[in-house]
Amino acid sequence: MSFFLQLVVSGITLGMIYALVALGFVIILKCSQAFNIAQGHIVMIGGYLGYTFLAMFSLPIWASLLLAIAVAVVMGLLIERLALRPLVGQSELAIIMMTVALASVFEGVAVLIWGAQYKAYHEVLPEVSLKLGEISVPPGSLIGLCVSVVTVVIFLLIFRYTKIGLAMRATAEDLKVVQSVGISATTVYAVSWVIACVVGVIGGMLLGAVSGAAVQLSQIGLKAFAVVLLGGIDSIGGAIVAGIIVGVLENVAAGYLDPILPGGGLAQVFPFIVMLIVLIFRPYGLFGLARIERI
Amino acid sequence: MSSRSTALRTSFALDMALLRTRQQWILLLAFLALLVVCPLFLSDQVLTILTIIGIAIISVHGLNILTGYCGLISLGHVGFMAVGGYTSAVLTAKLGWPFWVALPCAGLMAGMVGLIFGLPSLKIKGFYLIMASIAAHFIIIWLVIQFREITGGADGLPLPKAAIGPIVLKSKASYFYVVAAIACLGTFLAANLARTRAGRAFVAIRDNDLAAEVMGINLWSYKLQAFFIGCVFAGVAGALLVHYFAFASVDQFPFIDSVWYLGMLIVGGMGSTVGAIFGAVSLKLLDELVTIVGPVLSAVVAPQAAAALALITRGLVIIIFLIFQPRGLAHGWEILKAYFRLWPFSHEELE
Repeated sequence: MSFFLQLVVSGITLGMIYALVALGFVIILKCSQAFNIAQGHIVMIGGYLGYTFLAMFSLPIWASLLLAIAVAVVMGLLIERLALRPLVGQSELAIIMMTVALASVFEGVAVLIWGAQYKAYHEVLPEVSLKLGEISVPPGSLIGLCVSVVTVVIFLLIFRYTKIGLAMRATAEDLKVVQSVGISATTVYAVSWVIACVVGVIGGMLLGAVSGAAVQLSQIGLKAFAVVLLGGIDSIGGAIVAGIIVGVLENVAAGYLDPILPGGGLAQVFPFIVMLIVLIFRPYGLFGLARIERI
Repeated sequence: MSSRSTALRTSFALDMALLRTRQQWILLLAFLALLVVCPLFLSDQVLTILTIIGIAIISVHGLNILTGYCGLISLGHVGFMAVGGYTSAVLTAKLGWPFWVALPCAGLMAGMVGLIFGLPSLKIKGFYLIMASIAAHFIIIWLVIQFREITGGADGLPLPKAAIGPIVLKSKASYFYVVAAIACLGTFLAANLARTRAGRAFVAIRDNDLAAEVMGINLWSYKLQAFFIGCVFAGVAGALLVHYFAFASVDQFPFIDSVWYLGMLIVGGMGSTVGAIFGAVSLKLLDELVTIVGPVLSAVVAPQAAAALALITRGLVIIIFLIFQPRGLAHGWEILKAYFRLWPFSHEELE
């Protein structure tokens, strides 16, 4: 039983990071109808930024976080202005391919700067761990859990109580109405990309702190898509709930089934199996809106 | 999309023909003759590049039918290539079937698997379908690694040299002939498909699937047909790839290649057979350029620069085409042809 609980607890901490990555994806999708395949690569860059600031420059955690957020803001603004804005009004495929191409460029840049090597930096984290009876939460996961909860709450508050948050929710609802009342859609797009980059980079730093930074970190984006689909692609709350569900399911399935299966590695494909099942039986996810199309 | 040839079309058959003028026939025959004689004076290195391009063309034709014609975006194309590659590999290496029997079986098997993963396509489209195809890729590769008694798992599976009847395809030139023949056949089939009932149904589904259904097009049947045909092309390409190296391994089918195949479609031009060829040729040539420039750059800048250069150039090429020439090289080619046809005038006389 304690094995099971241990799996659930580490699943929840992993799931919160998934939720953070998925949140960035949902924000862009809601505001600008763009499916951002590059979200995982933003996470990867975040992981490497964490390594640069925490391990190479040995800055304190708060300074590293602030610097990484600053980099993320610049990155978000550049992506929106240079790559996505020329494509306004183009087909869905063009926008998806643009983010795919961006993903490739990010990976190239990461390889160029950091050399595609595995960089571990968990030793720089402070030694705090939590004991709940027989279950222990490792320090990396604990910090990850706290930071991701705080980040999610901050962004939910921004959405709820600020003017730009209101503009973003309105844009998600109806672009034409928003433009007719004088809200600048391009500002909303830019802000949504900035937020997506910020949550992605924070998620990347947290994951990097737990498992080290590597180019393979970008695969987290693919897993986050499973989260997004399960939660419903246009639901922020859904992304968080589904993140925890997928994280726990993945850990439990891997914990019990990997010893049985010869090749192992079920944790790698498990989110995809969830994704296919969701797509076949409930394409709009747990909390998403079913869209009705008219000719 | 096709250009208006100057020849007057006097019958429906002439209007529908793939090649309309004598000039086009001559050019085609000259090209085929060139394909036949070129291994005589080309080095093995160039033949390798041409063979790889040929395999890419076959695969991109499949993706073009699925994505360009029918509008079903797939990022799992390499997964279906892997199905074809491993089917053929297992049939020849474990069961001792001849290469020319295993090749069509590989296509059929990939088509069948494509049907299974195409099943959600009736309910979902766009982004959802992309996700389903990504899931398909990772599940297929995982299964290949799981069944290691049959497939060799992560270690790979060595294959006997491909042979057609008594002729063993030992040299680069002989394998080039096989790939060139299949690529030509594939190009013909792909071009022909566009003017069949199924091809027109695919285009209707791409442009508006609800309207197509109202017009009486059976979405379920035609979407699955598109998946089947596209995956057959992928399977054949995968089998050719595996036999070319006489070795099957999951490393030959990385997920990122699915992205490049879509990139080839973007660069070449969606929904055009010529575009698929242009895209495959130009991106593969770009790859070759990168492999030449990469080591130089690595020596000058940093050891990892070569790998970074490959990723960045490919990404940038797709970005540039999306922003400046979203209809691809095929569209540029049409404009160029029109320019020479109309010269010295700049545009056609408006009636």
